[in-house]
Amino acid sequence: MSVLVILEQQGGQWHRMSWETLAAGQQLAAALGQPVEAAVVGKGVGALAGEAAAKKLAKVWAVEHDLLDAYTPDGYATALESLVKKTTPTLVLFPHTYQTRDFAPKLATRFSQVLISDVIAARNEGGGLTFVRQFFQGKLNGDVRASGAGPQFVSLQAGAWRADTLESGSAAIESFSPALDPSKIRQKPEPPFREAARAVDLTAAEFIVSVGRGIKEQSNLPVVEALAKALGAELAASRPICDAGWLPMERQVGSSGQTVAPKVYFAVGISGAIQHLVGMKGSKIIVAINKDANAPIFEVADYGIVGDLFEVAPALVEEIKKATA
Amino acid sequence: MKIIVAIKQVPLRDSQFHVNASGKWIDETDLSFEINEPDAYALEEALQLKEKHGGEVVALCAGPARAAQTIREALAKGADRAIHIEADDLSSGLSSLDTLGVAKLLSAAAAPEKPDLILTGLQSDDLGAGQTGVIMAELMGVPHSTIIMRVEVREGAIRVKRELENGWFQHIEMLLPAVLTVQSGLNKLRYATLMGIKKARTKEIKRVTPAELGGALAPVLTIDKIYPPHKSKQTQIFEGDARTAAAQLVEKLKFEARVL
Repeated sequence: MSVLVILEQQGGQWHRMSWETLAAGQQLAAALGQPVEAAVVGKGVGALAGEAAAKKLAKVWAVEHDLLDAYTPDGYATALESLVKKTTPTLVLFPHTYQTRDFAPKLATRFSQVLISDVIAARNEGGGLTFVRQFFQGKLNGDVRASGAGPQFVSLQAGAWRADTLESGSAAIESFSPALDPSKIRQKPEPPFREAARAVDLTAAEFIVSVGRGIKEQSNLPVVEALAKALGAELAASRPICDAGWLPMERQVGSSGQTVAPKVYFAVGISGAIQHLVGMKGSKIIVAINKDANAPIFEVADYGIVGDLFEVAPALVEEIKKATA
Repeated sequence: MKIIVAIKQVPLRDSQFHVNASGKWIDETDLSFEINEPDAYALEEALQLKEKHGGEVVALCAGPARAAQTIREALAKGADRAIHIEADDLSSGLSSLDTLGVAKLLSAAAAPEKPDLILTGLQSDDLGAGQTGVIMAELMGVPHSTIIMRVEVREGAIRVKRELENGWFQHIEMLLPAVLTVQSGLNKLRYATLMGIKKARTKEIKRVTPAELGGALAPVLTIDKIYPPHKSKQTQIFEGDARTAAAQLVEKLKFEARVL
């Protein structure tokens, strides 16, 4: 009876979401009246396990094997299946990262469970935990519960819990060497790489004007370029715009692009799918312009205009010129 | 090479959603439906692989009767035939079947086809669980990789480009058969041609029921209720004509937020 938090590292570097997942683990374990344990997976993860052990935890598992040096879903699923069988947690928490999305559904299937993915909140309602996740690209939320004998597997959305609430302490470290068969690890990964050096560093921009599907055509881009120019802003975009080749990939904001936190972020014709929101919700002031009053972007916006961007953006350019003249 | 593409029919992206009387799912009465966008890219990738390497593309879809429209569109774009796992309760989200239940049906329908490759989108626009492909791979005992940006076919194997976070990528090689979940934007979607639409009418759509595939699994996950999200922030909305709204916004940015 415990809560097990799977921390994520790559090449000895923590994934920043590891700590907020650990903080969530501490809070949910307290609500359930259970101890919380954490696991670090890889090869030579002693130093990382030591860092995790300085948090308020019952135990840190250093899950180590030569075959876990490079991440593979086959390796990770089998290693963590062994650990879960050994430690019998009631709840296994993951950061909802690309890596978790790659192996955690496989792991859950081995316990006849379904990963409750991308969770934004949790409540303890006597009979167990209820998890809140988003549906329809963030337009609706839903309360989801798991039944069945196995542990519950849950991945947590970036920023849903705060890492700064993490409590310090001193935990024991225990090594765990899962039995792994090289022939059962079917993916042969090559080292990660970047496409090209980034020419545009959006993270340094104070003002960003970001454009989404609402722009409809590449030939309409001058409408938002004019707004960016009036504000002295960098131009950015949501994923579909870069996928279509209308703006270069290096101008993409979101989980697969850059994470930005400018002074002011204008989201123009962007509905606000979570993949975009995680890349910009730390902005100090968020302004949303969208024709759909129910678009999720308005959930995070400080100021909003519900209207046609093709009318609003030019009007804004005029007003900004007047205000800054 | 025989490729199965698992596709899903979902409500149009810009639909207005209303919760139905049960409180557990949406009211589907006035909605229109389309192919899940990442699945459209999976279909396109399958068609391009077939054009390069020969073989067959089979569209596989679990959904209610209305999903037939999406299946016909896949056939019109170039899929050779289709399998439709048809059940009315496949339209109601997790309340009848969860991701494991759907993946089990899809796997049961796919396995006898002995495909070389199974492609599907990385996630659906409605449930957004992002797990169907990975679970199918586990159930079928084949390797998988997710969030794929490019597929190179080699002798009995594939080398894929997988998207990582923050602009990083990675190549991964694995033997066939395999399951891949593809990322939107990895190729350029085609439109169905008139000829394609005509041809689609004569293509086979095999209909099977969950019972014929060994029955539906009791769900592990249940949705208690769905509801519009609570606002985490106080948003000041400016209404009226564009000029008035723009003037009000700029006024606030200058004197309240003091950023201009």
